[in-house]
Order: sequence, then structure tokens, then C-alpha cells
Amino acid sequence: MVARKKEELAIDAVLLAGRLMMQCGAETYRVADTMRYMAESQQLFEPNSFVTPTGIIFTSGRPSQTKLVSVGDRANDLGKVARVNDVSRKLTSGEWTIDRAYEELVSIDLDPPSLPFYLKAISSAIASASFFILFDGSIGQIGYAALAGGFSYIISEWLEAYSKVRFIGQFLGALFAAVFAYFITSNGATGDLDALIVAGVMPLVPGVLITNAVRDLMSGHFVSGVSKGAEAVLTSFAIGAGVALVLSI
Amino acid sequence: MLVKACISFIAATGFGVIFNAPLQLLIFCGFAGMTGWTVSTWTRMYVIDDLMLSSFIGAFAVSIIAHLFARRFKTPMITFSIAGIIPLVPGTVAYNAMRHVVESDYTMAIQLGSQAFLISGSVAMGLVFAEVIMQMVFRSKIHIPMR
Repeated sequence: MVARKKEELAIDAVLLAGRLMMQCGAETYRVADTMRYMAESQQLFEPNSFVTPTGIIFTSGRPSQTKLVSVGDRANDLGKVARVNDVSRKLTSGEWTIDRAYEELVSIDLDPPSLPFYLKAISSAIASASFFILFDGSIGQIGYAALAGGFSYIISEWLEAYSKVRFIGQFLGALFAAVFAYFITSNGATGDLDALIVAGVMPLVPGVLITNAVRDLMSGHFVSGVSKGAEAVLTSFAIGAGVALVLSI
Repeated sequence: MLVKACISFIAATGFGVIFNAPLQLLIFCGFAGMTGWTVSTWTRMYVIDDLMLSSFIGAFAVSIIAHLFARRFKTPMITFSIAGIIPLVPGTVAYNAMRHVVESDYTMAIQLGSQAFLISGSVAMGLVFAEVIMQMVFRSKIHIPMR
């Protein structure tokens, strides 16, 4: 009976770790590998998993022990990926028991995002300003680039949380950046419209998705690779549409 | 060039924050980004003036350095590689393609669009190639000192 309970806990821990990593934007093959290592360290000797961006099926290879967990609300949080990775490393090396690991995983799940929102908004402003310089914008306009980048990020995140549709947020964020750049440059300030727009939409670029989509395809996880690729393409189209709308006026 | 390299460092660090990278590793995210940008720009300036090839080489460098950092800090490699490839994303090309679509200049738009597509493809290929090579190197038991 105790053994059965322990097995149950191990499976739950494995699934929780998998779900956390998938939500926070880890590569699919890494999720599958981590789950396998964790399972094997807990004497579940024939673990099999099927990992997709929207759900994970895991079986320990024995009867009556197949579980499914769905992956909701994805948000990129590489800090949490690193923490889950750390838990799995400690668990497999025998440093931690399964109970300790499960507690830690639950606390990772409950924690807010690793970095506060205002910090991300500020850093997206800084990143936009730097990109503005990299795209040969004039130094005098750098403040506008920071404003465009910061606010397009804030708008897209807010709308995403509000409307539950990712692409609306990105579309309106890009729209804002383009409108802003358009007005700045048409007001007589000698701005560089192109550089300003590109730098402004830079914080919306789906970098994690693009990287992961290719990596997943290469490692043979075609379901996740194609779906992440589709998401990346849709995001880029949303950004492009937002910019194009302003340019066409 | 040197100033711009520093700026690409800042940009990549900023992206590290946006993607919630662990705080103590942010500097290394920035370093990966700077490597990628510097290598690709250097390639474009002095070796071959081709955006696709230089992006490939830049992504290759990012992936190698991300792999080394990942081994040293025992952290997933993705932490470094994502912030690293952001400066290589063909933003300007994609934007120009979009602008030509809006101006109904479809020939140019398709040309630029496929260029943007190929550049992002080569960035991805650079990442994957370097990873495969690093895995081969580490499997052949060449010892690189770790902490």
C-alpha cells in the first residue's frame, strides 16, 4: 500500500515537472527527457510519455497508472525552467527525496513569474532603444524608441491577459508602435520611421517559439514542432498586420 | 562597431529579462547575444557579404557559447540561446517585405519575404548544427573543465 502511494506521488511529481516546463517554454525533448530521468530514479522502469504543447500523457508502464495533464496558459519563464531542471537533477542524483522534490515543484508552480512585470516593461524599453541604435537610427530619437518598445510590450501583455487571445495583444501592440512612430516622424522631428517601427515591435518577436519549433522538429517531436511553428507564424503575422495597417494609411 | 557590440549586449540582456531568465545569469545571456551579433556582423563586413551565411555563423557561435555556459552553470541551454539569437532575427528585412506588400510591390515583397524566411531558417540551422556538433564532441569524452 505504501509502495503504491509512493508510486502515485512519483507519477504526480513527474507530470507536474513536465507541465511546468512545458508552460514555461522549455523544448519538448528536454521535457520528455527530464520526465524519463525523474521516473527512472523513482523505480518506474518503463516510463513512456507523449508531450505536446497542450497536454502531456504519461504512463509508468504498469497497469492502471496512466495519467494525463493538460497544459494551459503558456508564459515564457526560463527562470522556472531552470528551477525545475535543478529539482530533477537533485532528485535523480539522490540528493532529495521524492516528497521534498514534489513540495518544491508545487511551490514553483504557485510562485509568481520569476521577474516582476515592471522590470520586464523597463527592460523591453531598453532593448528597443538598443535595437534602434543597431538599426542605424539617429541617437536623438532613442527616447521615442524606448517609449514605443515599452508601451507596445505593456499593451500586448495586458490585452493578452484580458482577452485570452494571444494574437490580439500582439496585433495591437504592433499597431501602437507603428502609430506612435508614424506620429513622431510626421510631427517634423527628423526621425527614422523604419528603424523606429522595427525597434518598437522587437519585444513582441516570438523568439522562444521560433527556437523551440525548430529544435522540436529536429529532435523528432513533430506534433509540438509544427504547432509551435504555427504559433510563431501567426504571431509574426499579427505583428506584421499591425504594422501594415498603419503603413497603408 | 565596438559601441554597437556593447549595445547588442544590452539588447540581449533586456530580452533575457523579458523571458524571465534567472537574474544571476542575465549577464551571460547578454554575452551570448553579443557574441552572436558581433560574429555575424564581423562575417558580413570582412568575410562574405551575405546576410544568410552570416546569420548562420552567428547562430552557430551563439549555440556553441550557450552550450558551454549551460554546462558550466548546469542550466538548460535554452536560457542562453534564446536571448542570444534575438539580435539575429531579420527584423528589418521582414519589415521591408511588409512595407512592399502594403505598397502593392509584390515582386519585391516576395523577394524580401523569402529572404527573411531563409535567414530565419539559417539561424535555426545554425543552432541545430552547433548543438549536434557539441553533442558529438562531448560524447567523445573530450574533457572540458567544469565547475
